[in-house]
Amino acid sequence: MKWGVITFPGSLDDRDALHCLEVVLEQHVVPLWHKDPDLHGVDAIILPGGFSYGDYLRCGAIARFSPVMQSVVAFANAGGPVMGMCNGFQILCESGLLPGALIRNQSLSYVCEWTRVRVETTRTAFTTACRAGEILRIPIKHGEGCYVADDTVLQQLEDNGQVVFRYVNDVGEVTAQANPNGALRNIAGVTNARGNVVGLMPHPEHAVETLLGSEDGRKLFLSALR
Amino acid sequence: MRQNITVTPQVAQDHGLTPDEYQRILTTLGRTPTFEELGVFSVMWSEHCSYKSSRRFLRNLPTTGPEILQGPGENAGIVDVGDGLAVVFKIESHNHPSFIEPYHGAATGVGGIIRDVFTMGARPIASLNSLRFGALTHPRTPYLVKGVVSGIGGYGNCVGVPTVGGEVYFDEGYNGNILVNAFTLGTVRTDRIFRARAAGVGNPVIYVGSRTGRDGIHGASLLASREFDAKSEELRPAVQVGDPFTEKLLIEACLELMQRDLIVAIQDMGAAGLTSSSVEMAGRGGTGFALNLKAIPTREANISPYELLLSESQERMLIVAKAGCEEDVRAIFSRWDLEAEVVGTVTDDGQFRASWDGEEVVRIPVAALTDDAPVYERPTAEPVDLAERQSLDLATIPLPTDYGQVLLQLLTSPNLASKEWVYHQYDSFVCGNTVVQPGSDAAIIRLKGTTKGIGLSVDCNSRYCLLDPYRGGQIAVVEGARNLAVSGVRPVALSDCLNFGSPEKPEVMWQFQQAIAGMRDACLALGLAVVSGNVSFYNETEGRAIPPTPTIATVGILADLTNHVTQWFKNAGDVIVMLGETKEELGASEYLASIHGRTAGAPPTLDLAYEKRLQDVCLTAAQERLLSSAHDLAEGGFAVALAEACITRPEQPLGATVAVSGKIRPDALLFGESQSRVLASLPRTALPRLQAIAGAANITLTELGVVGGADLNIVDYFSMPVSILRQEWRTALAQKLTNRPQ
Repeated sequence: MKWGVITFPGSLDDRDALHCLEVVLEQHVVPLWHKDPDLHGVDAIILPGGFSYGDYLRCGAIARFSPVMQSVVAFANAGGPVMGMCNGFQILCESGLLPGALIRNQSLSYVCEWTRVRVETTRTAFTTACRAGEILRIPIKHGEGCYVADDTVLQQLEDNGQVVFRYVNDVGEVTAQANPNGALRNIAGVTNARGNVVGLMPHPEHAVETLLGSEDGRKLFLSALR
Repeated sequence: MRQNITVTPQVAQDHGLTPDEYQRILTTLGRTPTFEELGVFSVMWSEHCSYKSSRRFLRNLPTTGPEILQGPGENAGIVDVGDGLAVVFKIESHNHPSFIEPYHGAATGVGGIIRDVFTMGARPIASLNSLRFGALTHPRTPYLVKGVVSGIGGYGNCVGVPTVGGEVYFDEGYNGNILVNAFTLGTVRTDRIFRARAAGVGNPVIYVGSRTGRDGIHGASLLASREFDAKSEELRPAVQVGDPFTEKLLIEACLELMQRDLIVAIQDMGAAGLTSSSVEMAGRGGTGFALNLKAIPTREANISPYELLLSESQERMLIVAKAGCEEDVRAIFSRWDLEAEVVGTVTDDGQFRASWDGEEVVRIPVAALTDDAPVYERPTAEPVDLAERQSLDLATIPLPTDYGQVLLQLLTSPNLASKEWVYHQYDSFVCGNTVVQPGSDAAIIRLKGTTKGIGLSVDCNSRYCLLDPYRGGQIAVVEGARNLAVSGVRPVALSDCLNFGSPEKPEVMWQFQQAIAGMRDACLALGLAVVSGNVSFYNETEGRAIPPTPTIATVGILADLTNHVTQWFKNAGDVIVMLGETKEELGASEYLASIHGRTAGAPPTLDLAYEKRLQDVCLTAAQERLLSSAHDLAEGGFAVALAEACITRPEQPLGATVAVSGKIRPDALLFGESQSRVLASLPRTALPRLQAIAGAANITLTELGVVGGADLNIVDYFSMPVSILRQEWRTALAQKLTNRPQ
């Protein structure tokens, strides 16, 4: 399997996603460049975290117009697995590949900390290696990670099993205390109807080595290998 | 448009130049300088750029060692860490800008120090910061804290360099002049180090990065090299505005450029902008520079040559390329959507020249701006009230009635409360190397591709420095090193940020001289080198100087990452021991200040030889994997260190039961700050070996008790649930800053 990690101007965790895939998980991975619409025959695509175009406009609003994104949209619509973390999630929402939007954290502050998320569905390209209800320890680091959507969309997401991750406490309960950014219904990640596109605010690529605090994020990448 | 201003002694004075300095300019040039030349002299001879008051003292610091590849004098210092790798690091101040405009002042401080590191070819992988604010009760403090913290986060988070540690300190001595000291470390292959030495006559000088605007003009001279008064807010236009997105592009483009054989030298345009980067590169290379100011990319029309020379617009770099490589350089920057313009050439005449519309507006010998710049031997004098401040009659300090309550008060005081509210606003994960996150004695990052780690700490107790700058300077150095040693990291080198009042005051120069002497002796005793840093004078407002603050950032090497040690207890049943000795020392302590409102007495004594042996014991114990935890005893003394070992655990807190004894006042026993002490926990089976190591080094080891339970119990004094201590400690700072319960 061949992975691609996109670098937009201002991407920051692209190098970490490359390291995670290439060195830790020993995968074949190629960097993809925002100006190049050629996906170089990859089988799965990662949109990394960061501040694309400085996020001086709405997060992800400029990156979605990058030449590579036209190809990503086509790839996703054809069923190809795409995962966006943090800024990548924001770009996926801006591109219309995922429903909803990410707004400023309720605290109005950037927040960087370890969180626990509960796997709500295993029927996505990036959660088949997880157990439903499993709790993963993965860090977040963002200023605009408060997931919002209107009630109709939220209900659809719940009904269709498109909520992939929720912030929970140590024992797996959805509580206000466990919600780091004010996301509606503690939503940390969602998928599209088909389950091939997943976006989440936590950074699974920063949870793949015990030395650095957690290996729980590996499962997301390993799922795509199944 | 060129400004048509005739230079007079008055104009020179308005530029911050003394009559003597102006006379020296007239003599050097043999004529009246142009307006542009006057601007160049004023920034290059400013205290900030020239180190004219500090240079003769800085020479006393040890700067070399077997692992030191680059000491002071370059953009940053470099330490060889083996495996063909080196670390590049430096700490720098951005105090005055941050007081006037906290967000952008702090943000551009971060941006500037990151440029100093990648300009040497290193990829920046970790930042620290040391922040000092006025009393938390001062009306301006919460505003400044929030602004500075969001500025550091706003820049650091967006540029992709993790902030892995730091310190935040409150003292009314900083009410009118806060300190923002920023540190960055990068890694570089030893065969890929770049220095800023302009060479090769005829080589093109290339300007890259952001366009030049009118921001930050005279930042180095008028903002950084003068004390504050009520009108200082009017200097706000001299504060630069940062653009971390452009900086991120610059990092990637410059590192890509340095992978290829296209350039001779590179330097960022920091303080004093285009002028200082040109002059310093030419100075180090023994060459000259000829700039065509008309070629500089500008943000707006009608910027004058004077402004172009002095602007401190951010995110700009100056490159000396190899002749004929201009297009290759341009292509790399263009890929990252950055501009690159040829703006001059390297010459062999030793002159700094700049032209405008074909007319030469600057022609100054480079040496006059660098090596031959004025150096002052300013008078020094011990403050007259020092002896009085150092005297402390312990009989006047009443013993507490409830020691548990005192501990709680200390743990929730601004200086000892958890700084989580601060560091949770910084990305500490990006780059994927952070092994020990903020919250232990030292941050530890791994070096990818090796088994090694780097330990980092930033420290200074300015109350000690105020009450005895020599001892304070010593302790700042040994405490930084101790923070690393308890973490299992061998300290190697440091970068210093020397924050003081006005050098024109003999008392301040005396503090400076004493602090440097203390730092020097401590460095020599511990085998440390000072490889980079900066001096920030004029930290005073309305004539009141800050407490002397030599902030020390210490860097060390951990040969095997898996041997690292953290400060919190790990296992119930572990034995708790203390290495070192507790004396009846309460002078200059946090306890005296927080509980009794006294900043008085002499700081704790220090035996450098004992300290060195103690640190070696810690390193050996870590290497032999004897320890479950080890924690430096610092502000708040034994009781606070013990509480921290219980409650700083990332998981649920762990209690402890200990008994302490000694023929000294109980408050000194529990809260005194005697130096050279470490609190450790370890399995009982490992204790005999630790006793043997400590015994051989003649270090006192005292068994105190065991880890476990839900309470922190100091027998005969108090017993408190650790969950309550933790909750209070974690939320105190945020509550005080935001005025609402957390």
